[in-house]
Formats: sequence, structure tokens, C-alpha cells
Amino acid sequence: MRAKYGRIIPVLFFFTAVAQSANARLYNAKVYVTLRPSVLDPAGKAVRSGLSHMGYDNISKIRIGKYIEVDLTADSEDSAQQQLDKICDQLLANPVIENYRIEVLAAA
Amino acid sequence: MNFGVIVFPGANCDRDAAYVLRDLLGQPTRMIWHEDSDLADVDVVVVPGGFSYGDYLRCGAIAQFSPAMRATVEHANQGKQVIGICNGFQVLTEMGLLPGALVRNRDLHFVCDRVSMSVERADLPWTQGYSKGQVITLPIAHGEGCYFAEADTIKSLEDSNQVLFRYCDASGKPSEAANPNGSLNNIAGICNRQGNVLGMMPHPERAADKALGSTDGLALFEGLLKSALVSV
Repeated sequence: MRAKYGRIIPVLFFFTAVAQSANARLYNAKVYVTLRPSVLDPAGKAVRSGLSHMGYDNISKIRIGKYIEVDLTADSEDSAQQQLDKICDQLLANPVIENYRIEVLAAA
Repeated sequence: MNFGVIVFPGANCDRDAAYVLRDLLGQPTRMIWHEDSDLADVDVVVVPGGFSYGDYLRCGAIAQFSPAMRATVEHANQGKQVIGICNGFQVLTEMGLLPGALVRNRDLHFVCDRVSMSVERADLPWTQGYSKGQVITLPIAHGEGCYFAEADTIKSLEDSNQVLFRYCDASGKPSEAANPNGSLNNIAGICNRQGNVLGMMPHPERAADKALGSTDGLALFEGLLKSALVSV
């Protein structure tokens, strides 16, 4: 987790090599990073105003986030999920301003 | 006083900072490549402005994992001084050395301007070159400089007087009109609770040489030097 206010937690710097067995297989993950509801999204607001100029008066909200595709090998879906959680906490999302959601699928 | 200026790929204010420290103030100043992690001889680490690692993903997000920044955390944990300017402020919040985050400017514009801000307290090495309540003008140049934090964090910052610079009008009032980017509480710069880590969006290094029209930023660095004299 990121350092909380007033403290410094060096957890960011645990660079763990991930040991994998011969059972490791490929997973495709989709990561959705969205702004937390309390954070203003001026870009979303601007897009909404553009849509309104196009005549779409029925749109009450636009929030813009990020969609990230991650291919990774892991021993199990659980392990993939755990690694992705960590990756999101450490880098892909900033928990001060963003939430994230992860979908993991075994590669076909 | 020994200064170290971190150089990331994409940093563009590193040499401006070094010019002020080395050429204007005559201080030993070393450029520290982002892959270097030896800060043993450095008293003050400067995390400069620019677009570290292209600002990919989020501003400052990738820079936090560089060896130089990992060493900077150690440096800060030892109570030594760190200043992050503009992108450097974003890096310091990303890595948790300072609370909150810097998000897209309220009006979506990249703002490049000279703005007024008040010096909220003058009892720290960073600000002792100013007087409390003094209104100074510094350049800003950022697209993501809107300071955001949850309400309890903002309250805690205010309660412990960690806001050092606040955007204000010419009379010193922190009005909405004088807020260039939508920062909560008009916050332009904050320090950590211990006071040894400072992050600010305005550029004091760009207002230090009188050839550039303003020297309001020079007092920040001069104040630091004064503190070094006292503590020796």
C-alpha cells in the first residue's frame, strides 16, 4: 500500500521476484482504473459538454478512466489476481485519487 | 551546503535548479542520474520539474521507482531535506513522501503564468527568507497542478500548518479567482509533518536570476543556506 499521511512506509520498494512452477500459464487481465467519486473529472465534464453541443441532452454524467491490458504468467488465477492487486496498488492506480477493478482470464 | 539535483529522462528544470544553486549561490551541486543511488554527500535533494519518464500513466508515477528516488526516501527518513518542484512535487506525492495528489487542472488548460501566493509560515528553513504573510510572485507551468486530498487529510495539513504557499490575490486573500488550477484550499506548496520535505507547484528556480524579471524565488534557497549556517 501507498504511504498514508504522515508516515513513510517503504513497502513500495519490496521488489519480489515471483517464483513460478512448471504449471505456470498465461493469463490475460483487464484492469479498469477509475477516478474516485470525490475527485472532480474536468476532462469528463468537457466531453459531456461536447456531447451536449452535439444534441445529446440526455447525458447526465461522463467519467473518464483508464483501461489497461496485462498479460502475465502465474501458477493460478488466484496468484495472478494477487499479483495484479499489488501491481495496481503500487503503480497502475493511485489510491489517493483512483479505484481499480481487475478481470483475470486464462489465455485461450 | 551540498545539493543534489535528480535527473530523470524527461526532466527539464534540472539545469535551471543547478544554475541557481551553483552559479548564483556558489553551492557545490551535483547532478544525480536517476539510476544513481548514492546520496551520501548530499544535504538537500532537489527533485526538479519536467516530465519524468514522459509522465506516462500519471505524472510522477514511474519516477518513484527509480534508484535515485528510493535513495531519496532514505535521505528524507534520516531527516535530511528534500524539495520537489512541479513534477518533483508530483513525484513526492506519488511515492507517499507527501500526502495528497496533483490532478488535472480545474479548467483543463496547461497554465503557464506568473501567479501570486502567500507565504503561510516563515519559521522553516524553506521559508525563513520570507516573512509570514508575504505575497510573492512565482512562475507556474503545469497541466496537472490541482492539489487534491481527502477532507481529513486537508484538515490535518491545515491543523499542523503544513501549507507553506497558498495562491492568493495581490492583497493576500486566497480567493477562487486567484486559484490557477482548482487546488483545494488554494494549496500551492506543502511540507511533511517533520518539515524536511517540501513540495510545490510554483518554480522558485525560475524566479531567482534578475535577468529573468523576478527574484522572488531566490529567498527560498537563501533561507535554506541560512539554516545550514545556524545548524553548523
